[in-house]
Amino acid sequence: MVSADKELAYNSKIEGDVVVTRADAAINWLRSNSMWPMPMGLACCAIELMATASSRYDIARFGAEVMRFSPRQSDCMIVAGTVTYKMAVHVRRIWDQMAAPKWCIAMGACASTGGMYRSYATLQGVDRILPVDVYVSGCPPRPEALLDALLKLQNKVKRERSLSNQLKTA
Amino acid sequence: MNDVAAALQERIPAATPRPSADHPAFNVPAADAIAALQFLRDAQGYDYLVDVTAIDWSAEQSPRFTVVWHLYSSTKHVYVRLAANCADDKEPAMPTATGLWPGADWHERECYDLLGVTFTGHPDLRRILMWDGYPYFPLRKEFPLAGLPAELPDLEIAAETGTRLISAPMAGGPFVAPASGQPMSAAEPRAKDEAWNEDSAKPGTT
Repeated sequence: MVSADKELAYNSKIEGDVVVTRADAAINWLRSNSMWPMPMGLACCAIELMATASSRYDIARFGAEVMRFSPRQSDCMIVAGTVTYKMAVHVRRIWDQMAAPKWCIAMGACASTGGMYRSYATLQGVDRILPVDVYVSGCPPRPEALLDALLKLQNKVKRERSLSNQLKTA
Repeated sequence: MNDVAAALQERIPAATPRPSADHPAFNVPAADAIAALQFLRDAQGYDYLVDVTAIDWSAEQSPRFTVVWHLYSSTKHVYVRLAANCADDKEPAMPTATGLWPGADWHERECYDLLGVTFTGHPDLRRILMWDGYPYFPLRKEFPLAGLPAELPDLEIAAETGTRLISAPMAGGPFVAPASGQPMSAAEPRAKDEAWNEDSAKPGTT
């Protein structure tokens, strides 16, 4: 029995050991549920990022507790903190070293827009140097807000046309 | 306090008291600054250099730059402040204190970075907070808080992203809290001029 449902669906009585689904559904489900962050923890938001990874708020529920500090091994860069112009160069370099597919969460006011630092030294939003998928407001955002951003990112990933993207770039 | 003043005046005749709200402070000519610092450190027991900083009085004033040293005596537990005007307004310079305190190294680099005061004899005078190619001195009076347009530190990244330094958008001016005496809810920081921001011009102008 073939289902036209785009969601990954499995009924063991009907399908037995075989799961039939769209490639996109499977790929997106795998990607969104094992979103390994590259924690670009630059300032105070990094403390809340650490709190989100701790047991009380537990980012591990969503598969994202694997904070890989190596850009080669991570999927999602969480820019947590103030990006100065001096540091922006290095943030961009780390972003370039991440392998596709990659996403970015701009955590906090400073990463989203420059925050309270309307000054000569602060980059007015990390989206001036790299493409951001989800913005989180707050100074710092509560861990629940960061988890909400992660869920929004997961929903965004689930809507992507991954197979066509893969075939295009191949 | 009086004995420091008397001793310093005896050693360096050109030293004059400087108006100060908290600690004893003295003005000295720039040429005598290092001698005064050495005297205070060796003979008066001010062994700890707390800070080296500078004041920009604005381009209209002459002398424009004043370098200030804060010293502390760990034995007597008192502070003293020493100030010296820089001779040249366009290229301010002062002899370095790194010969007396190695800790003056980074303080003087910060003065150079943000105000442009050169310290002669400094072992490694380069910018410390901004990057080496940054073209301005941010804490000078004519430099706006929002900054001036410039290039990113790295040419490769600048070419890749197409981004530059911009004047930060200051919608309505700096956000300041009004003078205290009001309840906290009324004393929240507000834009200095709430009549305009980047999206809507001031009523009455174009």
